[in-house]
Amino acid sequence: MKSLEELKAIREKMQKQVGLREESDDNIRVVVGMATCGIAAGARPVLEAFLQEVDKRGLKNVTVSQTGCIGVCRLEPIAEVYVPGQEKVTYVKLNAEMVPKIVADHLVNQQVVTEYTIGAAE
Amino acid sequence: MKELSLHILDIAQNSIAAGCSLLELSLTEREGLLTLVIADDGRGMSPDFLAAVTDPFTTTRTTRKIGLGLPLLRLAAEQTGGDLSIGSTVGVGTTVTARFRADHIDCPPLGDMAGTVAALVQGAPGIETVYTHSTGRGAFTFDTREIRAVLGPDVSLAEPEVFQWMREYIGEQEETV
Repeated sequence: MKSLEELKAIREKMQKQVGLREESDDNIRVVVGMATCGIAAGARPVLEAFLQEVDKRGLKNVTVSQTGCIGVCRLEPIAEVYVPGQEKVTYVKLNAEMVPKIVADHLVNQQVVTEYTIGAAE
Repeated sequence: MKELSLHILDIAQNSIAAGCSLLELSLTEREGLLTLVIADDGRGMSPDFLAAVTDPFTTTRTTRKIGLGLPLLRLAAEQTGGDLSIGSTVGVGTTVTARFRADHIDCPPLGDMAGTVAALVQGAPGIETVYTHSTGRGAFTFDTREIRAVLGPDVSLAEPEVFQWMREYIGEQEETV
């Protein structure tokens, strides 16, 4: 059973690292579209997969957040990746199975997964 | 939307966009009727906007002139012999109530409520979210104020590790009702 004690342990662990996520200059942002179009197309498992991978790998320089409709509803689920100093990368038609590769190749090793991008889909 | 939980995730985004500070979700299953309520203390809607809000050509988003969230929920509820009602007052907030006949063949499964609630909290970590699920077998309440009290002011509810914990915690609670 999950308990509030475990949550306390998370707090203690986090307090040692507080500020790292926001303050570092190399902070990478992942933004998942969570409007009606995204949710209907399966954005929730995609968001979950990003959070799970970032947690599993302990990536302290990655922020996962949510936004509304990105504008290309037919290509949902969509996630945008912002790496400081680089052009935004838009991944489209995502599912949870595609996410670990994006995290490993792009967020960790700085290699864009070209075949999942909007450029490859269009 | 394949699950009721996805409708809830979708409609609750409207509450967040309306600048609410408290979001209350409740699911009540009684005598074949499943009632879901999404209530917020956001900016509310004018009577004119409220009257047109389940029209798919009414929306607040700027990327399209079409908004399907509430129309889809209304359709899903009415297909089971249920209904949708919305009350809203400018400056006070909005309450969306959808009723489903749970034994109707067209009633969608509830789906992953733990995923929905955890995703809502992760996406809007500054808002207090209260989720209550009540059935004939029992009831439980999840309240971000309790979680915040344990985490303290420095740890955000948007942290991936906190998300995982909430997801599993709510999932376990769901099993009890």
